[in-house]
Amino acid sequence: MTDTTTESAPPKAVGASKPKGIALNLFPPILFGSLVIGAWYFISYIMLAENRRFLLRPPDKVLTEGFLDWGGTGGMSEMLQSLWSSTKVAGIGLFFAILIGLFLAVLMSQAVSVEKALFPFLVTLQAVPILAVVPLISFWWGTGQTSRVVVCIIIALFPIIVNTLFGLQSAEKGMHDLFTLHHVNRITRLKKLMFPAALPALFAGLRISAGLSVVGAIVGDFFFGRGEVGLGQLIRRFSSRLEGEELLTSVILSAGLGVAVFLLFTWLQNKIIGKWSDRAGLV
Amino acid sequence: MADKESPALEFDDIGMIFPDGTETLQNISFSVDKGEFTTVVGPSGCGKSTLLKIASGLLEPTAGSVVVDRDRLGYVFQDATLLPWRTVLENVELLCELHGMGKSERRELAKASIDLVGLEGFQNHYPKSLSGGMKMRASLARTLTLKPPVFLFDEPFGAVDEITREHLNEETQQLFLQEGFAGLFITHSITEAVFMSTKVLVMSARPGNIVASFDIPFDYPRKPDLRFDAEFARISGEVSKELRGGHS
Repeated sequence: MTDTTTESAPPKAVGASKPKGIALNLFPPILFGSLVIGAWYFISYIMLAENRRFLLRPPDKVLTEGFLDWGGTGGMSEMLQSLWSSTKVAGIGLFFAILIGLFLAVLMSQAVSVEKALFPFLVTLQAVPILAVVPLISFWWGTGQTSRVVVCIIIALFPIIVNTLFGLQSAEKGMHDLFTLHHVNRITRLKKLMFPAALPALFAGLRISAGLSVVGAIVGDFFFGRGEVGLGQLIRRFSSRLEGEELLTSVILSAGLGVAVFLLFTWLQNKIIGKWSDRAGLV
Repeated sequence: MADKESPALEFDDIGMIFPDGTETLQNISFSVDKGEFTTVVGPSGCGKSTLLKIASGLLEPTAGSVVVDRDRLGYVFQDATLLPWRTVLENVELLCELHGMGKSERRELAKASIDLVGLEGFQNHYPKSLSGGMKMRASLARTLTLKPPVFLFDEPFGAVDEITREHLNEETQQLFLQEGFAGLFITHSITEAVFMSTKVLVMSARPGNIVASFDIPFDYPRKPDLRFDAEFARISGEVSKELRGGHS
C-alpha cells in the first residue's frame, strides 16, 4: 500500500511545474542553436571573402532562396516532391527491412544452429561498403526506384535483426521455466513470452533503422537516377551547379526527414511499451 | 494421513549428478501428503532447488524416481517471474490461459485469487509499480488459480525484507489452511521453516541428502508471536544444530 502513496506524490509536483519544465528543456537547445547560427553568419560574412561565399551561404539566403522560393527548377515545390519521393523509398525500404529482419530474428531465435549458420553472413552483409555493391545492385535491379529500396533495406536491416534477436533471447530463465512447466508449445511461447519480451529491444533497433532508412533512401537516390527525383538526385544536381542555398536546404530537409522518422518510432515505442517498460519516456 | 492413499508427492531414492560431474543429490527419499507442509532447509548449493526442479519435471534425476501429478502442479519461483507487459490481473490469469481456459472463467478465478492474497485494488497495476512483497503475492495468486493439489515453493521470500517475509509466512500458512494442498517449501531461514511447516527436513551440504527430520507440533493457525515461544526456540535450535553438521 505504501507504494502507491509514495508514487502518487511526484506527478503532482511535476504537473505544477510543467510550463517551467518545458522552458528549462527548451532553453539549452535554443541557446546552442543560436550560437550555431551566429557562428554560421560569422563564417559566411567575416571569414569568407565575397567571391568565396558560395562555400557557405548565410542562413537568411538559405531561408529566402532555399525555403521560401517556390517556383522553377530547384524551387521549394520541386524539393518537396523530392522529399516525398525519398520518404516513400525510406518507408518502403524500412517496411521490407522490418519484415525480413523480424523473420530472420525469429528464425534464429528458434534454433542455435540457424543462428550460427546465418549470423556470419549477416555480419558480412553489414560490413560490405554500400559503394562496393552499387554496381551489382544496378546490374540486378536497374537504376530506378527498386535499387534505391534495395540500398535502403541493406542499410536498415542489421540493427533490426540484432536487436530483435537480442530481445527474443532476453526473457528470464524463470519465465521460460514457468512456460515449460505448463507444457506450452513453441508458437505460444513465442507469442506470449519471447515476442513481448523482445519489444523494448525491437524498438531500440527500429529507432536506429528508421534513421538509417532515410540515409539509405538518399544514398540510393544519389547513385540511381532513373525515374522520380529524390533528395539524393537534387543534392547531386545542386552541388554540381554550386547552388549553395538549395544544397543546404535539401540537406536540412534530409535531416528533418531522419528526425521525423526517428520521432515517429519513439512515439510508437512510448505508446506501445511505455506503460510497462522502464524505457518509457525515452527520447 | 491415510496410508491407503498414495502420497501427493513422493521422492524415491533420488540422485542427481550433473553432466560436469557435480553430484548434487544423493539417496533422497521422502513423501509429502495432502494437508502436509514440509520444508527443506539446507546450506547454499546443497541442491534444494534442484530437488524442486526434479519434482516438477524441469530436470530429470540421474537416479531414483518421483511420483507426482504434474498436470496442475503449483510452482512458486525464487523471483516472482511476473511478465512485465501484463497487469497484475493478466499475470494472475496467465496459467489458466496457458491451460486453455475461457476468458470469463479465468478472469473470475484470477480475481478470487487476487482477493485471497490481499492485492485487490492493484489488479490493473503493472509489475514495475509493485514492491517486492506485492510481486510475490501476485506470483502466489497466479499459482493459486490452478488450485494445485501440490504446491512447490522455491525459496520465494528470500529477497524481501524481514517484516514482509513474516507477513508472507503468515499469509502462506493461511492459504495452506484454506486450500489444504501438499506443500514443499525450500528456504535458508530456520524461523520461516519452523513457523509454517508440519515437518522440517534438514539437508546436508553437497551432495545433499536428508540428515534430520523434525515434526513440528504447534497447532494451526499459528499466531505471529509463536516465534517468541520457548518451545519454538528449542526446535529452531535443534534444526540449527543439525544444519551446522551436528555441532552446536
